[in-house]
Amino acid sequence: MNHLVSMRNVSKADILELINLAEKIETGKVRPDLSKRLGALLFFEPSTRTYFSFDTAIKRLGGRSLAMSGSGSTSVKKGETLADTLMTISQYADFIVMRHKIEGAAQFASEILDIPVINAGDGTNQHPTQAMLDLYSIYKTQGSLENLKIAMIGDLRLGRTVHSLAQALSDFNPTFYFASPRHLQMPKYIKDELRAKQIHFEEIEDIKPIMPELDIMYVTRIQKERFAVLEDYEKVKDAYIIDNKILENVKSNFKLMHPLPRVNEIKPEVDSNPHAYYFPQAKNGVFMRQAIISKIMKLV
Amino acid sequence: MNDKKQLRVDPIKNGTVIDHIAAGKALQVADILNLKNPENLIMIGINLSSNKIGKKDIIKIENRKLSKDEVNSIALISPNATLIIIEDYKVISKQKITLPEKIRKHLICPNPNCVTNVEQVTTKFQIANQNPVEVRCEYCEKTYRIENVKFRF
Repeated sequence: MNHLVSMRNVSKADILELINLAEKIETGKVRPDLSKRLGALLFFEPSTRTYFSFDTAIKRLGGRSLAMSGSGSTSVKKGETLADTLMTISQYADFIVMRHKIEGAAQFASEILDIPVINAGDGTNQHPTQAMLDLYSIYKTQGSLENLKIAMIGDLRLGRTVHSLAQALSDFNPTFYFASPRHLQMPKYIKDELRAKQIHFEEIEDIKPIMPELDIMYVTRIQKERFAVLEDYEKVKDAYIIDNKILENVKSNFKLMHPLPRVNEIKPEVDSNPHAYYFPQAKNGVFMRQAIISKIMKLV
Repeated sequence: MNDKKQLRVDPIKNGTVIDHIAAGKALQVADILNLKNPENLIMIGINLSSNKIGKKDIIKIENRKLSKDEVNSIALISPNATLIIIEDYKVISKQKITLPEKIRKHLICPNPNCVTNVEQVTTKFQIANQNPVEVRCEYCEKTYRIENVKFRF
């Protein structure tokens, strides 16, 4: 693995290898050494969580980071092409972590640069390190990725996280339940891919009847910034709200996940519920990103 | 019946015949081959009757051989067309064209937020579905029905 751009290019064996490595890093069984290496964090789009998670991962591996957040302060604003910006920064850094609103930007970067590229989100397309940390979280809480019943709810149309995750899990024989407002349903191409792999999925409106069967519920935020018309956002923003009551009949192994940030789709009362897992999930992100950096930098 | 068809579309001496084009698609194929400003003899038949596929279109172009890219692009529009090479009025080769696995360069990604529409990048598409033909951009990973994708030569 030279780059991590899209979950499409990550095999089942790669997934299991990265999970295994993340676990070893978390438990201190391996300590990859990134000292004297420099990672450039190129966040052309603002981010808090992913940015800090990568920065933490680099520093915990003993490496150092170059940071850029937002394109306002850079030559991008002066009209420089993305290619030129990337080529220049690749002269300084040993690897690049990039987030960009243009879809395919990371794939493009991986083709023109001779240093490793990690995609930290490209528009509505991919966010593979999020998918990997989600897989690690599922693995840690369920002991396996195989044969799980997983519900994804919220914005399934524009939320890139759920696309990458559904694709990645499709190698592990899951049963999916998709619940979303009508205009925010899982895109046809994802459903076609699942059908082609004979993955069982159902699109549902009411989540209550399936709660006792689920192993994982993955909630996503209805993303205000992806709506052109605010009125449309207001209509759907409260479509699904998770509270302690709806979690009353879940299985003991059930975990509630969310990529964060949340707005009001999970009530704060749920935070202390033993089934809530979104903050540990964020912590898992650091271990998984350490594993990904170690792998593409060939430290292990 | 065959005699009548011969009268409608004359044979060519040297060149290429694209036969069994899906009925009504010949003008789109002509667009791909940039036949709007012809230098050579060209015959385009639309909605001809065919024993094989009911109705078909056909294009005959004198003194022209098609590139692999051009044939691949025609396959996207009419996957069951037949490519016939003519030399001195004789059929030198006749083959069914096939859908390529990948298409480089000649398709324009319809997604305005795709990097191929922002930076200088050669587009690359994969066939996502054969019937109806759908292609997936290798950059933004969006999938489109072929009739919604523009060609560029």
